[in-house]
Amino acid sequence: MSTLTVPNQVPSLSEDCEQLRKAFAGWGTNEGLIISILAHRNAAQRKLIRQTYAETYGEDLLKALDKELSNDFERVVLLWTLDPAERDAFLANEATKRWTSSNQVLMEIACTRSSNQLLQARQAYHARYKKSLEEDVAHHTTGDFRKLLLPLVTSYRYEGDEVNMTLAKSEAKILHEKISKKAYTDEDLIRILATRSKAQINATLNHYKNEFGNDINKDLKTDPKDEYLALLRATVKCLIRPERYFEKVLRLAINRQGTDEGALTRVVTTRAEIDMKVIKEEYQKRNSVPLDRAIVKDTTGDYEKILLALIGHGDA
Amino acid sequence: MALPDGLDSLVKAFSGHGIDEKSIISLLGRSRPEHRQSLRKECTEFFIEDNERGFERWDDHSIKLLKHEFMRFKNAVVLRAMHPWERDARLIREALKKGPESYGMIVEVSCTRSSEELLGARKAYHSLFDHSIEENIATQVEGSELKLLVALVSAYRYEGPKVKEDTAKSEAKILAEAMKNAEQKPIEDAELIRILSTRSKPHLKAVYKYYKDIFGKNIDEDLDDDSILKAVVQCLFTPHKYFCRVLDAALRDNAHKRTKKALTRVIVTRADTDIEEINAEYQKQYGVSLTEKIVETANGNYKDFLLTLISREN
Repeated sequence: MSTLTVPNQVPSLSEDCEQLRKAFAGWGTNEGLIISILAHRNAAQRKLIRQTYAETYGEDLLKALDKELSNDFERVVLLWTLDPAERDAFLANEATKRWTSSNQVLMEIACTRSSNQLLQARQAYHARYKKSLEEDVAHHTTGDFRKLLLPLVTSYRYEGDEVNMTLAKSEAKILHEKISKKAYTDEDLIRILATRSKAQINATLNHYKNEFGNDINKDLKTDPKDEYLALLRATVKCLIRPERYFEKVLRLAINRQGTDEGALTRVVTTRAEIDMKVIKEEYQKRNSVPLDRAIVKDTTGDYEKILLALIGHGDA
Repeated sequence: MALPDGLDSLVKAFSGHGIDEKSIISLLGRSRPEHRQSLRKECTEFFIEDNERGFERWDDHSIKLLKHEFMRFKNAVVLRAMHPWERDARLIREALKKGPESYGMIVEVSCTRSSEELLGARKAYHSLFDHSIEENIATQVEGSELKLLVALVSAYRYEGPKVKEDTAKSEAKILAEAMKNAEQKPIEDAELIRILSTRSKPHLKAVYKYYKDIFGKNIDEDLDDDSILKAVVQCLFTPHKYFCRVLDAALRDNAHKRTKKALTRVIVTRADTDIEEINAEYQKQYGVSLTEKIVETANGNYKDFLLTLISREN
C-alpha cells in the first residue's frame, strides 16, 4: 500500500509549476517548497507537472533540478520525479556501470516489479539509452551472475493465480536435489526461479518446506561469504516476500556505520507508491522501532525531510 | 471419354498444394459410373485393386493426405484472420508439441518479428495457455538448443539504427571463436548466445559484415543446413534468404507434410510485411518468381488465396 499523502485539494498544474519555478529562483533552492509539492503528488500528477513545466518554461523540470540541487536530496527528488519505468531504467543502467555496478539492484528490479512494469522499464531503457537492457546486463555481467541475471531481466512471467500442485511437488524435488548437490548455478534451478509465475514459485517453495523441513533460503546459506548465494537468496525473497526483502535492505542501510543513502533512497522512492506501508509494518515488527524514527536518527536536513514525507510521516 | 486427360487432371487436382475444386467438380461431378471405375483402376496412387473380390478401394493413406490438402485453404483462412500475436503464440505452441524438427518455427518467430510483435506474442501466449513462453520452452525443449531458444524468445531488442562499429567488429571475432571451439557446442556458448539474443538487428548486420570482411566468408556458410544455429543466423542476418529456403523446400514435389505447411505459414505471416522482398529474392535465387512456382504447384482456392496475398495490387 502506498504511503504517499496527496492533499484533498490539489493546486492547479500551473500553480504547482509556478511554485516550483520560484523554488529554484534566485540563490539557492527552497527545498521545503519542493518537498511540499513533489513529495505530495502521485505518479500521474508528477508526470503532468513535468509536461506542463516543460511547456511553460521550455526546459525539463529534471534539468532544472540537476542544476540547482546536489547530493542525497537531489537524488531523491530526481528519482522521485522520474516516471516509474524511467526510474527503473535509470537504476538498471547505473547498476551496469563499472563504478556503480550492482547485481542486487538488477535482480531487485527484475523480481519485485510486475511483468508489465518490467516490460515498461525495458521500453524506457530503449528510449533513454538506445540499447536494450538485456544487452547491457549481458555485456556487463559474467559467469554465474550473468547466468542468473539475464533470464531474470528478460522474463515475462505469467501473472495468474493458477497453481499446478503436481508441478510444485516435482519442482520442489528438483530444487532440493540441486541444492543438496551444491549445484547452485544449475540450469533447472535457475529456470524454475526465472520463468515460473510468482504464484507457482510460492507453491513450490511451500511444498519444499513441507517436504524437506527447511525454508529454501536456510538450505542456501551454506557459505555466508558467497556473493552468488546471497544473490540467489535475495532473489527468492524478492519473488515471494518482497516486503521482507525491502525491510532487510532498509535495516542494513540504516544500521551501517554511516548510512547507505543509495539503498535508502532507492527503496523509499521505488516503493512509496507500491507497498511502503507493508514494508513499514515489517520494519516495526523486526526492529521494534518505527521506520520514521530510524530515519530521523540516521539522516538530517532536507534529505531526512523528503524521506519522511514519502513514507507518510505526520505532517512532513 | 477423354480419360487420360481426365485422369491426369484429377491426379493433379489432388496433388501438390491444395485442391483444384473446379476440376474435381467437373471431372467427378459429371462423370458416369464407368468413368469413375476406369479412374479407380488407372489411378493406382489413390486406389488399390482388390482382385480377389473384384473391386477397387481407396487407399486409406491417400484419404488422409487428401484431408490435409482440403484443409490447406481452411488453415490459410483461419491463420490470415487471426491476430498476429495469437498466430505467433500458436505457432510456438505447435512447435513445442511437435518436437525438435519443428523448433525452426520458434527460431522463425523469435528472430524475424519486430520487438513489439514478439512482445505481443508473449502476451498472447499468457492469455491462451496460462504460462509464459519461456517457462514452456525451458521445460519442454531437451537438448543443446534450450538456452539459445529461451534467450531468443525473451529478447526485446533495441530497434534504433545506432551501432557501435568497434563492438560489432570484436563480436564478429567472438562468434568465430565460438564456432571454432571443438569442445563446447557453439550453440551452448555463452558469448554466442549473448550476442545473438541481446544485440539489435542493425548491430547484428554490422557483425555479419565484419565477419565476412575478416574471415572471407559468411557466418552461416560452415553451419549444417538443418541446424538450429544456421536458422538463427539466417533469420537474424538474412531473413529473406531464410524464407526463400523454407518456401523452396515446401514447394518441392516430394515435400514432407510438415515442410509443406510452411508455404501457408510464410506467406500468411509475411503478407503484410516483406512478402514482396521475399518474392524478389526467390526469383533471384531460383530463377523463377514465387508467384509462378505457386501457380505451378498449388491448386484451386488455396492457390488463389496465396496469390492474392503475394500480389497486393489486386
